[in-house]
Amino acid sequence: MPLKAPRKQSVSMGRGARKRDEDSGTEVGEGADEWTQSKATVRPPDQLDLTDAELKEEFTRILTANNPHAPQNIVRYSFKEGTYKPIGFVNQLAVHFSQVGNLIPKDSDEGRRQHYRDEMVAGPQESARVVLSDAGNLDEDEEPKEPAIEAESQIDMAIAEVAEKVAEEELMTHKQPKDRKLTNQFNFSDRASQTLNHPLRDRECQMEPPPRTNFSATANQWEIYDAYVEELKKQEKIKEKEKTKTPVAKKTGKLAMRKLTSMESQSDDITKVSQAAKIVERMVNQNTYDDVAQDFKYYEDAADEYRDQEGTLLPLWKFQNDKAKRLAVTALCWNSKYNDLFAVGHGSYDFMKQSRGMLLLYSLKNPSFPEYIFSSDSGIMCLDIHVDHPYLVVVGHYDGNVAVYNLKKPHSQPSFRSSAKSGKHTDPVWQVKWQKDDMDHNLNFFSVSSDGRIVSWTLVKSELVHTDVIKLKVEGSTTEVSEGLELHTVGCGTAFDFHKEIDYMFLVGTEEGKIYKCSKSYSSQFLDTYDAHNMAVDAVTWNPYHTKVFMSCSSDWTVKIWDHTIKTPMFIYDLNSAVGDVSWAPYSSTVFAAVTTDGKAHVFDLAINKYEAICNQPVVAKKKNKITHVQFNPIYPIIIVGDDRGHITCLKLSPNLRKMPKEKKGQEVQKGPAVEITKLDKLLNLVREVKTKT
Amino acid sequence: MIRKTEVEETLKRIQSHKGVIGTMVVNAEGIPIRTTLDNSTTVQYAGLLHQLTIKAKSTIRDIDPQNDLTFLRIRSKKHEIMVAPDKEYLLIVIQNPCE
Repeated sequence: MPLKAPRKQSVSMGRGARKRDEDSGTEVGEGADEWTQSKATVRPPDQLDLTDAELKEEFTRILTANNPHAPQNIVRYSFKEGTYKPIGFVNQLAVHFSQVGNLIPKDSDEGRRQHYRDEMVAGPQESARVVLSDAGNLDEDEEPKEPAIEAESQIDMAIAEVAEKVAEEELMTHKQPKDRKLTNQFNFSDRASQTLNHPLRDRECQMEPPPRTNFSATANQWEIYDAYVEELKKQEKIKEKEKTKTPVAKKTGKLAMRKLTSMESQSDDITKVSQAAKIVERMVNQNTYDDVAQDFKYYEDAADEYRDQEGTLLPLWKFQNDKAKRLAVTALCWNSKYNDLFAVGHGSYDFMKQSRGMLLLYSLKNPSFPEYIFSSDSGIMCLDIHVDHPYLVVVGHYDGNVAVYNLKKPHSQPSFRSSAKSGKHTDPVWQVKWQKDDMDHNLNFFSVSSDGRIVSWTLVKSELVHTDVIKLKVEGSTTEVSEGLELHTVGCGTAFDFHKEIDYMFLVGTEEGKIYKCSKSYSSQFLDTYDAHNMAVDAVTWNPYHTKVFMSCSSDWTVKIWDHTIKTPMFIYDLNSAVGDVSWAPYSSTVFAAVTTDGKAHVFDLAINKYEAICNQPVVAKKKNKITHVQFNPIYPIIIVGDDRGHITCLKLSPNLRKMPKEKKGQEVQKGPAVEITKLDKLLNLVREVKTKT
Repeated sequence: MIRKTEVEETLKRIQSHKGVIGTMVVNAEGIPIRTTLDNSTTVQYAGLLHQLTIKAKSTIRDIDPQNDLTFLRIRSKKHEIMVAPDKEYLLIVIQNPCE
């Protein structure tokens, strides 16, 4: 730019007027030469005229840091003095530009936190650095405490070194990508070589998949319970096996087991339904006899209120079986444990037509078929069910034998049987009764027969052992034979009953019509004799509550009630027909029922009517049927009546027949045997008074 | 010992009882073993009642594990179905109780 120098001069001359402008570097455009040729200085009219001295005056100019925009005097109101006061110092800070950034100082809390986070991601490498930096920081910040800090930093360094060493192996892979290789800039050259890579081949092998089955089960509370119960059973079995470990026992056990298993495999389908089949049979029967069942449970004859004091018997079920069709009912007995189960003995009272006998056990729940059936060669004349062992039934036959059936093993054969050798009776056995176990805890029972013997039988192991207790003699009939022997005519016992409380005392009714009071301990003499009836005594029973009262019935049409201390009867009832059976009610000491051969049932309640029956009802359908026995159910208000055609009818007692003594207002109703006893006592006393008077 | 004949007799008696329409024995899997009705009806009854019985048994035992289902009665307008479950089998009887 050689043209610059002259131009500058011309320019500065042309601009003489502009003195304030010290800028000499302005370059004028190309066509400026002609413009600047007019050199006459132009003075603006309002320019100041200054003298030379004034022109040479120096003005100092200072650069200050004052903010030109800041106010120069700020006055504030002071509440303390109550005046406006000027503020000395005015903030001169002028912010030209502010921007909120996202950089955080490394040493601040947030910075350290982020650092820490990063290092967790990156690896322990960072932690080592942090530790180092920390150590470094400690160094810088606390200079006066140098030796201590050095020690600390040394420790820190040591820790850092340890940390580094520990993390070294891990860091190797990390460090390499982070630290670039320091290579010589001049003559370094990369050299690579590649080895031969073997071709890769996939090789697979597959086995046959294991067989799969679907398994599904539920785990409920009851399944868990079942599992526990099974476990318990298993453990108990193991314990039992351990206990019985004799080899003989083992052999027999094995044989038995084999037999069982073979049987089970054969009969695998149907026998297991037996329980269900029984239940269903009962259900089906319940449906068919639904109304009867409802009556049995709930029906109470409302008409009894209007009937004065008489009652009725409502017929419920009728039990009969084809096999026992032509056999008369000779015995009835309720089971003590299962109140709906009763036993029926079938046989024949006809001397000429003797055939077989049957023992049937019915349940009220199934009126169409008996629960248990046993048949025997000879007619059954009497039976009794043991109170404590309700599965033992003792039976007396027409041929004089006695037998014991075990319901737990319902084979047709009795478990115990008497025979001619073991002392059977020579005449029909008319009554059998279980007694309390003897001292060796053997079961025993008594039997009475028309051969005049009362025999006590004991079940010892598998045999029946008999002992003659008493031989009935007809009093006043001893005849002297020439040799001086006394010949006694034997009395024929037809019924007996044992006292409820006095164990050794019992009553025997005979064919001659006499009742003997006997004791088990005295075999030759009777304690007392009652001239009871004109014909054979059919039944004798003690009152269930009152210990002194008993009742007897006979074919001479009468029922008599006695006090055993008095020789004459307290009450006599004539029923117009031979009385087959008489029975006390279990719920009251004054109620009893009698059945006659004309098909009627009579129910008496001495507390209500001393002279007449409160119920007199024909029970059996055809009048030709003779009723042979009657029994009250111990719990339910029903009676069963058996006839000589083999039918058993069940009847419900109406409320009038079951009356309890009326409670006087304000007094509690007393219940219990004591009340019954006193009730009967009152009646007896009345009668006794009458008797003593007459 | 419960003999085969006794059970057979019981089932016969049930079948010949008044109002009974049919009886069937179903095993634990719902397959009928013995029936007095035709095949299709039997299969239908067996399948449906089997499931219902399991549900009922489960319900009873859930409430009290020491309890167990004795039987199930379903009374409908036309007849009554009685189901008695056993350990392995199910006995179903259909009866018309009003006859």
